[in-house]
Amino acid sequence: MSVQQNLEIRRSSASVWGSQSGMRSVPTVSKYIDTTTCIGCKACEAACIEWNDLRHIATEQTGTYQTLPTLHAEYWNLIRFNERDFDGGLVWLMRKDQCMHCEEPGCLAACPAPGAIVQYANGIVDVNPDQCIGCKYCETGCPFDVPRFHQTTGKMAKCTLCVDRVSVGLEPACIKACPTGCLQFGTKDDMVALGARRVEQLKSNGFTNALLYNPEGVHGTGVVTVLAHGDHPEWYQLPRDPHVPILVRFWKSFLRPLGAIAIFGAVIGALTHYTKFGPKEVRGVDAPDRNLPDA
Amino acid sequence: MTNGWVDIKNTDVILAMGGNPAENHPVGFKWFMEAKKTRGAKLVAVDPRFTRTAATADLYAPIRAGSDIAFLLGIIRYAIENKRYHEDYVKVHTNGPYVVSEKFEFNDGLFSGFDAGKTEYDKTAWAYEPDPKTKAYGVDPTLQNPRSVFQLLKKHVERYTPEMVERICGTPKDTYLKVCQIVTSTGVPEKAGTITYALGWTQHSTAVQMIRAAAMLQLLLGNVGRPGGGVNAFRGHSNIQGATDIAGTFDILPGYLKTPPGSSQTLKDYLEAATPTTLNKEAWASMNYWQNYPKFMVSLLKATYGKAATKENDFGYAWLPKVDGNYSWMYICDDMYRGNSTRVGGKEPGPEGFISFGMNPVGLGPNSKKWVAALAKLKWLVVAENVETETPIFWKSPKQYDPPEASKIQTEVFLLPAADFAEKDGTFTNSARWMQWKWKAVDPPGQAKSDQEILARIFLAVRDLYKKEGGPLPEALANLSWSYTNPVEPDLGEVLKEINGKALSDIPDPADKTKTLKTAGQQVDGFGQLQDDGSTMCGNWLHSGVFTEAGNNAQRRSTADPTGLGMYHNWAFSWPANRRIMYNRASADAEGKPWDPKRPGIVWNGEKWVGDVPDMKPDAPPGTFGAFIMLPEGVGRLYASGMNDGPFPEHYEAVEAPIDNPLHPKVTSNPVSKKFSSDKDIYGKKEDFPIVCTTYRLTEHFHYWTQHQHDGVLNELQPGFFVEIPEGLAQQKGIANGSQVKVTSARGSIQGVAMVTKRLRPMKIDGKEMWQVGFPIHWGYAGDPNHTGPLANTLTPSAMDPNTWTPEFKAFLVRIEKA
Amino acid sequence: MELTRRGFLKATAVGSTIALGFDVARAKAEMREFKISRTTETRSVCPYCAVGCGVIIHTLGDKSKNAKASVVHVEGDPDQPVSRGTLCPKGITLKDDITHKNRLTKPKVRRPGSDHWEDISWDDAIAKIARHVKDTRDKCFVAKNAKGEVVNRNPGIAMIGGCTDTNEFNYLQWKVITALGVPYRDTQARV
Repeated sequence: MSVQQNLEIRRSSASVWGSQSGMRSVPTVSKYIDTTTCIGCKACEAACIEWNDLRHIATEQTGTYQTLPTLHAEYWNLIRFNERDFDGGLVWLMRKDQCMHCEEPGCLAACPAPGAIVQYANGIVDVNPDQCIGCKYCETGCPFDVPRFHQTTGKMAKCTLCVDRVSVGLEPACIKACPTGCLQFGTKDDMVALGARRVEQLKSNGFTNALLYNPEGVHGTGVVTVLAHGDHPEWYQLPRDPHVPILVRFWKSFLRPLGAIAIFGAVIGALTHYTKFGPKEVRGVDAPDRNLPDA
Repeated sequence: MTNGWVDIKNTDVILAMGGNPAENHPVGFKWFMEAKKTRGAKLVAVDPRFTRTAATADLYAPIRAGSDIAFLLGIIRYAIENKRYHEDYVKVHTNGPYVVSEKFEFNDGLFSGFDAGKTEYDKTAWAYEPDPKTKAYGVDPTLQNPRSVFQLLKKHVERYTPEMVERICGTPKDTYLKVCQIVTSTGVPEKAGTITYALGWTQHSTAVQMIRAAAMLQLLLGNVGRPGGGVNAFRGHSNIQGATDIAGTFDILPGYLKTPPGSSQTLKDYLEAATPTTLNKEAWASMNYWQNYPKFMVSLLKATYGKAATKENDFGYAWLPKVDGNYSWMYICDDMYRGNSTRVGGKEPGPEGFISFGMNPVGLGPNSKKWVAALAKLKWLVVAENVETETPIFWKSPKQYDPPEASKIQTEVFLLPAADFAEKDGTFTNSARWMQWKWKAVDPPGQAKSDQEILARIFLAVRDLYKKEGGPLPEALANLSWSYTNPVEPDLGEVLKEINGKALSDIPDPADKTKTLKTAGQQVDGFGQLQDDGSTMCGNWLHSGVFTEAGNNAQRRSTADPTGLGMYHNWAFSWPANRRIMYNRASADAEGKPWDPKRPGIVWNGEKWVGDVPDMKPDAPPGTFGAFIMLPEGVGRLYASGMNDGPFPEHYEAVEAPIDNPLHPKVTSNPVSKKFSSDKDIYGKKEDFPIVCTTYRLTEHFHYWTQHQHDGVLNELQPGFFVEIPEGLAQQKGIANGSQVKVTSARGSIQGVAMVTKRLRPMKIDGKEMWQVGFPIHWGYAGDPNHTGPLANTLTPSAMDPNTWTPEFKAFLVRIEKA
Repeated sequence: MELTRRGFLKATAVGSTIALGFDVARAKAEMREFKISRTTETRSVCPYCAVGCGVIIHTLGDKSKNAKASVVHVEGDPDQPVSRGTLCPKGITLKDDITHKNRLTKPKVRRPGSDHWEDISWDDAIAKIARHVKDTRDKCFVAKNAKGEVVNRNPGIAMIGGCTDTNEFNYLQWKVITALGVPYRDTQARV
């Protein structure tokens, strides 16, 4: 069941003009992930499933601690496990993968259905199933390979940053559950400051390449991630320099305002769809192909 | 735990060894991370596998499963050699200065007093040398006497050089020296370090000595009793701390009182044997708190038998069952399987009936096949459970467990549906000794009943039969106090009041006889008010204080933490006496000043001890009593003559080990560890089974329960059994990641998915290349049909520690091949 | 999915959705209702490991007489000083543990030599168990050991108790064990 919500909307897919009333000043919120204190316990995975009442899918032990090869329409939060040789020893990296809630959301830019993808004033990027037409263009627009098509509902699905919790003043379910506190939630400013402190601490502990992953290419993300090995984002299966695909930007900034003539939509839609099969700008980094059927 | 979960945030160094806290206690592990983030604490993880704990550690050291004593004694050696121990602490708070009798010796792997026939030690050979004048323990405050504990320890650990540690444990010398350096950095007053462990230490044939080695190291470093310090056992279940506190095991009564042996025929005999006397009556003498033993025991007998317990009838002492020898886990299995046992020279029946409330011996093992065979010999079996585990369906266990044909199994099995935790109230005691009340949320499903109702109904029905028909010793049933308002389903609040104890008649105030401490019928405030004359009753002295006239203290929910050290005195109730850090007197120096003023445990303010609830007579000035009030010495033991396998730890190989002990090949494994001799008890040789194997839990599952959850999230997170195999071994054997692999021990074989990983490394042990593998325990033939798997304990041996009789699940031998 | 996308292309091609591609109205968000806004909260303690995390069990209904409570959600108790609202994956999924359909709901008996379960009433089960206990105790009771010491024990029965039994249950169990004279007793703490 969905309810009308009076959260201010900053941006909405396929809208010509802005929708923000500007009446209220709302701070941007953010998740914080410290991969150096993550133990890969999957409490966040479980909390996500429980809170969002996601259906359970059959998984299989294939020789890894990782639950699934990649995200899934019924699995919005996945810890990615990677073993790497490092400095004569070993590092076992765990990173929570989910929607990054980009400041400049490629999914939203790519979406042709009005109001199907919205960015609230607090920065949360959400799919509105009532408006979603299941065209999958958001998949193409996303530099992080996040949105998934749900076979049963015919809609796209991804992490909502628990907007239903955040809108009543609670933290997202994954954040609350996190036993080690490697996940935190607050205003983006606070989370960036926290990240900066942690990065400094890591640097003084010898991790000279530590950084806070908050990529500029998408104008920053609503999920900031502390990486001890910041020189190797690919070790964490993160793109080094993510940005919205050029065709999607083209469609959004130039062509879409002309979209009053509906036929353009079809043409551009086809063009954008084409990018899926073109050279992947960001998706390819170590990301194993999905080998599970859609839900 | 000597300390609490939150207290870990106060530490400077954590040695996580014999456990994988990130995996098994993730929420407690947050305080490790807190210490790292807020204090810059260092986390050292020592484990056969590169674990989830290791993933966040500052330093990881690989170790061969079962070789932990060598590792720890090597750190002790390093601390002494390099003077990186806390000398003032050792002098004030340990038995380092105590002089040991000339009878104590250690030669070629054996301590003095060994009886090869019985494979037991005569522990009198390890006594202290009494001072000829005072008859108290002889003490040399300078630690220089060659027979002092400190000097004997120094000599004992000399052999554990970094080279020897590398040879035994496989830990590279440079990594090992880094561990030594970090861990011993806390051997100064202004630093505190903690050691955390779990079943990775308790489940070995040398388990208790591993833990002792850790405790000795902590005493040397001056870390016991201090905020941020301690020796912290992380218990694996929500209330096994409570189960032990309240007499879950054969050898104890509630509150760690001793189960009477056959040789104690009267209460007087029993109390004389059980109550220790203080030999050290000089300054720093012990409070010897156990001198109050008779008060605790008589109050327990009053709780047990009520009005039927009188001074004239020894408070019903004769009705208590007396034990001879060992009735613990593996003996239960063995005696069941044999059908009888031999005790003090006579043959007695073994169990023909078996009652289990929420336990699953077939899964738990060791040696699951032996359990199946033993259960098949029973006349009857009662299991009260949430789900249908392996145990109640042993009669239809799969072929690989070698069950007799169902038609030949004469056991009548009752499977009773029991309430879940959410469907009943009552207290759980966590690992930090906090007794926390939980409230009932929902009714049990269908016809399921609470355990207390199931138990009460059985008891009342049996008591009725004895009333009607008579039989042996019917008084034991008739006189059992069962005066609950609802005897069929006793209210657990009422039971907790009985556990706390109350005055049965007015108790005079010892300070002023004209006043009364408690009037008849009032709940006592704590165990200090218990009496040995029958005027008080108390179900467990250790829990006394949990339900006083102020109400149910286990329900307290104040989040106030005025010390800022995470003690939370008004959250729930922590036994004993609501104390949050055990031995906290040792957090201060001889004058009562804290070793580290920033992290005081308790402080002498000139009149009394303040801070945590003092582990000391509150108004006894410094110098009156030693810090370890429960020990007759009054100080912490670097040398413990009460152990069954030696006053010092010594490295012994596991019962199944890949090498002979490099220190003393003729005494390779623990000389007093017992083995079993039935046809099911087969032990493997290193020539046939060259690979070291260990077992463990995963964070995504709990024991043998969660795989029962139909359509459960946890089965989604970890769908099935797997075997972790090092890359090099997998290459040698042609095993691909994700393929099927077969693991075989002397007891049987299991099969599952291979997880080929870098996290297990090739090891060089005693000059030879060696491999370790491991697998999680959670699966079995019961459970949700989509998530069954092999029982890990098909492979584990019937070997055990000689002090606790806990099985050796953590180190045994296997071979491995493609399936 | 193909149909949907084709449908979209077709619709745009014929221009039947004139507003497609831009939205003229101010957007309103549609989202899920906060699902536990009026559930009943009960404070409990997680039954798994010994950290002793505080959990809040959310049940359907407000405990009024006509409402049958069932667990709809479990979340961490932010007040509990150790867990502070956090939980591990096991704690977070406690709803599954309480409500899953493999829970036992009625007493069952497997008769000697049988290969299947039969249902049995509670009264019959308790009566039969009591009979077994009495018969075994009568048969196996050892009043004196081989040395002639009074020991009053009943080695015919072994009794073990699990890890999620409350302290109060453990205490009651100890009392019953003592009354029956059972020497073979152990707990999860051993293994």
